[in-house]
Amino acid sequence: MSALAGVQFQSNWLDVLRSPFMQHALIGGSMVAVAAGLLGYFVITRQNAFAAHALAHIGFPGATGAILVGAPVTLGLAVFCVGGGLLIGLFGRRVADREMATGTILALATALGVLFASLASANASTTTSVLFGNLLAISDDQLMVYGAFTVAVVGTLAVLARPLLFASVDPAVAEARGVPVRALGLAFVVLLALTITMAVQVVGTLLLFALVVTPAATALRITARPARVAVIAVTLALAAVWGGLVLSAMVDLPPSFFIVSLAVFAWVVVLAVVGRRRNRPAETLVDAHHPHRPAHA
Amino acid sequence: MTGLPAGATTTSAAPEKRPAALQLADVSVVRGGRTVWSDGTFSVPAGAVVGVIGPNGAGKTTLFQLALGLLPAASGRVEVLGAPPRRGNRRIGYVPQNYTAALGDAIRCRDLVTLGLTGGRFGLRPTSAAERARVDGVLRRVGAYDFADRRMSELSGGQQQRVAIAQAIVDDAELLLLDEPLANLDLRNQQEIVRLLGDLHRDRDVTIMIVAHDLNPLLPVLTEAIYLLDGHPHHDPITDVVQEELLTHLYGTPVGVVRTAQGDLFTRAAWRDPQR
Repeated sequence: MSALAGVQFQSNWLDVLRSPFMQHALIGGSMVAVAAGLLGYFVITRQNAFAAHALAHIGFPGATGAILVGAPVTLGLAVFCVGGGLLIGLFGRRVADREMATGTILALATALGVLFASLASANASTTTSVLFGNLLAISDDQLMVYGAFTVAVVGTLAVLARPLLFASVDPAVAEARGVPVRALGLAFVVLLALTITMAVQVVGTLLLFALVVTPAATALRITARPARVAVIAVTLALAAVWGGLVLSAMVDLPPSFFIVSLAVFAWVVVLAVVGRRRNRPAETLVDAHHPHRPAHA
Repeated sequence: MTGLPAGATTTSAAPEKRPAALQLADVSVVRGGRTVWSDGTFSVPAGAVVGVIGPNGAGKTTLFQLALGLLPAASGRVEVLGAPPRRGNRRIGYVPQNYTAALGDAIRCRDLVTLGLTGGRFGLRPTSAAERARVDGVLRRVGAYDFADRRMSELSGGQQQRVAIAQAIVDDAELLLLDEPLANLDLRNQQEIVRLLGDLHRDRDVTIMIVAHDLNPLLPVLTEAIYLLDGHPHHDPITDVVQEELLTHLYGTPVGVVRTAQGDLFTRAAWRDPQR
């Protein structure tokens, strides 16, 4: 008897989709997809993907700590993500320094998470929902908070977009041109922390990378035009969340798996189709970095 | 093509009354408790093309940071284009060292140049048609128009350097600061970038300061040089700098100067090495 025998097509999946908890999941998941799709572009241009991954894990003790002291999980997540983000931001601007600091804080946070979970005698399902998401359990209150977060993230990004892009791809020149590079970096980390706080509920800390970074990475393989990257990344993230929820309703399995799988599937398909035409120097005679190698060998 | 707002930088003021591009009076610079250099007193006239040379760690890049307002002078007085240095001075165009190495694969040339014009602007106002035309004009000017829609990472070093220069001049800079613009370029690309700088100097009447390890490829365009020697900046016409004795002292290794009809050249004078 295989455990897979338990996977069965739910003929009432349309009714499931219309149920209140699914409606909550669709609305909440869509808000997260919009914020994550937009922010992912900057995560990549800032070469901050590891920090994004780490921030999700830093949220873990926030969530279990909140359970320990009886506070809302969203609050615990937000406090730890924002605090952890600012802490990482304070460490060296050199990528190597930042990587070491991020990895170290990440390990400490995970250890704290385990401690808090143990002290709170949180049951396995609570811990599991933090690690792997629990999109189907979004409450009315959480939706309100998510709405506020999404408005804050999208609104702030709209105002900061251009200087933030400048500071992300070209910090030395941006600083010389009077762009407040450091302040923008801290603002970005706060936006990222708010988005991650929401995304933990959708896919959990362990799978979050696929929702916050992968759609933007996929879009960037298709185009590098900033506005198009934003539109494509948000579309991909929305498609993953919606598709994941529909599949989840069809077979009655956790949506996290389907959401992440769809996002990764899109990435693999795009890589296979357009990935190979990249990194070809345009110059016909000689590539200056490899003067001995013809550019079109 | 006349895509550029011609003459935007050259006002009707008489040329002889233009303030110095960079003027230092008894300036010293301290970084991390260490005096990088001191007794900096010189004046770079507007319209000059200046090579900034000196051994590693002598404070060449520091001089640029001083002019950009990113580092205060520990003592003395600094004036850039007739005013004290300040961050965000739009009259200065800057191409940092290893500029292109840091840029990933996430940005197109055109967008990078556009950021030089609009990157400091908060809010969602889209790039205007006039701004786009200006970016196109400057991309044509540096010979980067044909690959403007490619990503930076897809270009060769010479092409990336053209884009970097386009970004630095797109806002009509009067003073261009280039930090090692010829590093990692092959001979042909070095010559092309030098020719471009010479053209820009002539057409736009822009003052250009270039940090370089090797002055040789730049000699055709340089009018003067600032050399950092024994902890102090010195400023001389280029003909006074290309002298065997001075260059030997500066580089700490025997240097010979060869003068030809095609131009001067200096080289490590191994045949005159006293230790052999």
